[in-house]
Amino acid sequence: MRLEKRAERSNAMAIASPFIAFALTIVTAAIIFALRGNNPFAALYVYFIEPLTAMWSIEQTLVKASPLILIGAGLSVAYRANVWNIGAEGQLTAGAILAGSVPVFFPQWQSPLAFLAMIILGVLGGMLWASIPATLRNRFNANEILTSLMLVYVVQLLLDYLVRGPWRDPQGFNFPKTVSFSGWQTLPYLTSGIHVGVVITVLIALALGLVMSHTLKGFEIAVTGQSPRAARFAGFSEKSTVMFCFLLAGGLAGLAGAFEISSVVGQLQPQISPGYGFAAIIVAFLGRLNPIGVIFAGLLLALSYIGGEAVQTALQIPDKITRVIQGILLFYILACDTLISYRIVTSSPVLQKA
Amino acid sequence: MKAKADYLLEALNIVKVFGTLRANDDVTLKVRPGEIHAFLGENGAGKSTLVKMIYGALQPTSGEFRWMGEKVVVPNPAAARKLGIGMVFQHFSLFEALTVAENIALAMPGPFDLGVLSEKIARVSKDYGLPLEPTATVADLSVGERQRIEIVRCLLQEPKLLIMDEPTAVLTPQEADQLFKVLARLAGEGCAVIYISHRLEEVKRLCHSATILRHGKVVAHVDPTKETAASLAKLMVGGDIHVVHTPRKVTDGKTRLKLDGLNLAADGPFAVELKNISLDVKAGEVVAIAGVAGNGQGELFDAISGERHTKAAMLVMDGKPAGNEGVSVRRRLGGAFVPEERLGHGAVPGFRLSDNIVLTRHASDTDVVRSGLLQKNGAANVSERVIKDYDVRKGKPNPEARALSGGNLQKFVVGRELDRKPGILVVNQPTWGVDAGAAATIRQALVDLSRKGSAVLVISQDLDEIFEIADRIAVISRGQLSEAFPASQMTAEKIGLLMAGEHEVHHAA
Amino acid sequence: MDLLLTLVSIIMTAATPLLLAALGETVTERAGVLNLGVEGMMIMGAVAGFAGAALSGNPFVGVVAAILAGMAMALLFGFLTLTLLANQVATGLALTLLGLGLSALIGESFVGQPGIKLPSIGGIDPLVPFSFAMVAAVSWFLFRSKGGLIVRAVGVSHASAHALGYNVVGVRYLAVLFGGAMAGLGGGYLSLFYTPQWVENMSAGRGWIALALVVFASWLPLRVLAGAYLFGTISILSFVLQAAGVGIPSQFLSSLPYLGTILALVVISGNKALTRRNTPANLGQAFVPDR
Repeated sequence: MRLEKRAERSNAMAIASPFIAFALTIVTAAIIFALRGNNPFAALYVYFIEPLTAMWSIEQTLVKASPLILIGAGLSVAYRANVWNIGAEGQLTAGAILAGSVPVFFPQWQSPLAFLAMIILGVLGGMLWASIPATLRNRFNANEILTSLMLVYVVQLLLDYLVRGPWRDPQGFNFPKTVSFSGWQTLPYLTSGIHVGVVITVLIALALGLVMSHTLKGFEIAVTGQSPRAARFAGFSEKSTVMFCFLLAGGLAGLAGAFEISSVVGQLQPQISPGYGFAAIIVAFLGRLNPIGVIFAGLLLALSYIGGEAVQTALQIPDKITRVIQGILLFYILACDTLISYRIVTSSPVLQKA
Repeated sequence: MKAKADYLLEALNIVKVFGTLRANDDVTLKVRPGEIHAFLGENGAGKSTLVKMIYGALQPTSGEFRWMGEKVVVPNPAAARKLGIGMVFQHFSLFEALTVAENIALAMPGPFDLGVLSEKIARVSKDYGLPLEPTATVADLSVGERQRIEIVRCLLQEPKLLIMDEPTAVLTPQEADQLFKVLARLAGEGCAVIYISHRLEEVKRLCHSATILRHGKVVAHVDPTKETAASLAKLMVGGDIHVVHTPRKVTDGKTRLKLDGLNLAADGPFAVELKNISLDVKAGEVVAIAGVAGNGQGELFDAISGERHTKAAMLVMDGKPAGNEGVSVRRRLGGAFVPEERLGHGAVPGFRLSDNIVLTRHASDTDVVRSGLLQKNGAANVSERVIKDYDVRKGKPNPEARALSGGNLQKFVVGRELDRKPGILVVNQPTWGVDAGAAATIRQALVDLSRKGSAVLVISQDLDEIFEIADRIAVISRGQLSEAFPASQMTAEKIGLLMAGEHEVHHAA
Repeated sequence: MDLLLTLVSIIMTAATPLLLAALGETVTERAGVLNLGVEGMMIMGAVAGFAGAALSGNPFVGVVAAILAGMAMALLFGFLTLTLLANQVATGLALTLLGLGLSALIGESFVGQPGIKLPSIGGIDPLVPFSFAMVAAVSWFLFRSKGGLIVRAVGVSHASAHALGYNVVGVRYLAVLFGGAMAGLGGGYLSLFYTPQWVENMSAGRGWIALALVVFASWLPLRVLAGAYLFGTISILSFVLQAAGVGIPSQFLSSLPYLGTILALVVISGNKALTRRNTPANLGQAFVPDR
């Protein structure tokens, strides 16, 4: 058995591969549950099916999907260009810090403009933080994977310092958190469970999808990722593409950060995200590096978070199983992707009689 | 040169299939000891495939090898080396960042002692007239010197059969002469040589016998000393070769592309610095730059196309200084460019042909891109027109670029630019790796474009091609350009001397 | 004098896990494979080491468990990237995410348990001199042995190596497994000696710093040693300053290793001549043999 390169990428496999990967993940998850002594079918039901049966858990899933889709869409564009932004978690945090400065310094500023300011600052914060690894790559050829990741640790320490020190709520009983946000400084809700961020996220993802498939910019990104020399030959500047991708992904991550702190979290505290910036990496790949695919991938990964919480409550399975399942899913996606460019061949090229 | 009666190597009824392609179809080849045996065929005929099997790098689908009369299987290159078979690859299998001695050690079996090996390398290489410095890093060596490593690597193992795949493609005429001396000496010592080439004059000069392949099948076994270059060519191609028709050029064309004292620093430790390059290319003419690989051709192409910038006045297009402008600006000024590498540089391998049209025409062609939006239909129309006009053969209607054969993709890439009717066209290695039919199409198209009033600049390592189409010829050597002489005044020998830098760069006042 | 000895020993214990992991990755990258999953392999080594020691009562069992865990993760990475030809960057990230998650799951039942510390021999814990020995061994292997020459050749030009008849994929598997063993060992050192406990995410980015270290050292084992000790010193600096009551916020001091890593990368990568000559030319590229 060996791999043989296909003459052309298989479109059928490109569509089927995420589904096959998901199916394999389910099987593996069932095995893990069984090894722990749980009934695998019961666990799978509680994990993946049950959350879809109640309205409130569906709403929870959509709300959790929002940052995953928003960040994942930006990352999918960046990864298409081979710009490996691994620091989205840090850009989310930077956006949250800058956005959170409004309620911290101006808690009395209650108007739609205050909210707009938070949103804009969130985007700017993410862009600013993302511009650092972009610049370091452009000017010094420093590997952006490592620099963007190091900056995650740095900004998280910065946040920790701010909420324990100068930005701590003086009436907060010494807890490491800022004042709770209120009024116009929080995200408006459409229904009891879904906030406006969800809708904005989907719109942004759809818009990005159109940009990637129908504009010269999208073309530029695709070429840069596949053939950097051809991109230069076409007149595209690698440096501006790198900066564009980082600013886009960073800005969206910062926006997601602003959304999170003004809704679900409601304030600034040391931990504002359960690793959305990293889970979004999986979302980007599961979505085939396509902003529209990311919408569905984000929903699926959000479901995996909710499911993890559910099996913890119902079956005492630690919710740490979530990250394991997410990691396994990414592995299967990468493995199944091989079948897009290669096919499995069973004959071996041994000397045969004519 | 007495050849023994027994055969050293016999390849009997060899078949090799890749997917649906029969690269070798029932090929039989027999080589005697001490014989220099030519293996002729155009690009894609299957020559490299067969010798890779002899060397154990590939396995045949069916067929048998015999070595000194006995049936043998060669499972890998180490086994081939053990039998006494050495191979000098066309695209060298060298390790650039390692030293000469380390490179050779990797091909030698047995205990590992760099000191002893280095001494042997110095001795043997000098003895054969191909001197090498064992501690030199390969990346610092010229192409000709690198080939010496490949050859000495084989010589140290006392081969009985040496396979050489297109060895003179990268040599100056003088270096080629030295190589022939080495091969003649080896043959005299009883070593057989399989000599793959498409250079017919060389084959006639050097080889005792020849096997000719076409489309994977053997079409003839001949004695090259009794054939003419024309008869050999006919056997190779299977028909009359299209001779490029070059009408007399317009003599009063204005200068459309001017390089004026162009300087460009090397952008890396292995790159070539360009120094004081000056050249005029006028409307209606084809100017060729001859040169062996590694003398700055790629760097010069990048400087002209706009991937690298110089000072504004160093490059003038139709009167406008453009040396510091980007590629898209130069295209809008009427420039069109075809780089050496078609996959990965001239075209994106994984993109369909219509998308590859957008690659170079987005800035200058509103049918293809308008207001930042891709016009998929417009691009498809252009793509179909190019395919039709330049006879690009492809399986599906709009395949990915990498699905095309080398010759067809090159026709597409060249055609994409010619379709714009550019005022200035610059091509680097127009027919490298391309079959004779496609090569003829491309060369004719280049000449035709010039006769319609455009300025055409061709950078090439193929002297035959240059003499076929060029009106004036200059030579690039170590990043400097000679004067451009009329083709009628140039000979291969003079070009060879210029390649070695014998004449200083000078220009008429 | 006592203080100096204490400081030196603290620096050694901080540098050793970095050194071990970075040495392993150096060999892996010299063979042309970029394994970004070092953090995942280290953390799995940490949890396996702790679990092995806790369950058996013997810290050396923990050491073996740590090495095996690292190699198992590396094997998974190798299978995906060398056999299935998956993208090396994405697979490395997946390895890290999986490692962090899996280790948290496995380690859950060990949180809070006191650890079994590796016995020190004459005041020095055995892995420190071992790490020095490994620097010498890897250096000798890469530059003075045929095996090492083959590894370097495969990283410089896998096409040429294949043409000469070498088993590129096989060599790379071995290099990847070695990297996994060393990363696992480095992780095990954290939970068996550095802070003999299991804490979720206790590698705290050391795997990533080890990756930066390899670049910073231009893939040369001796420079990896120098770099690891430099970083060890920076990490300890933050503790020392905090303990000395200097008025710099602790979070800033804790960020020094990460900022230092960025600075080191910028300095080294900005020197184009240096990186072009030393970077294994085929680093990160999949090898597909034509048959």
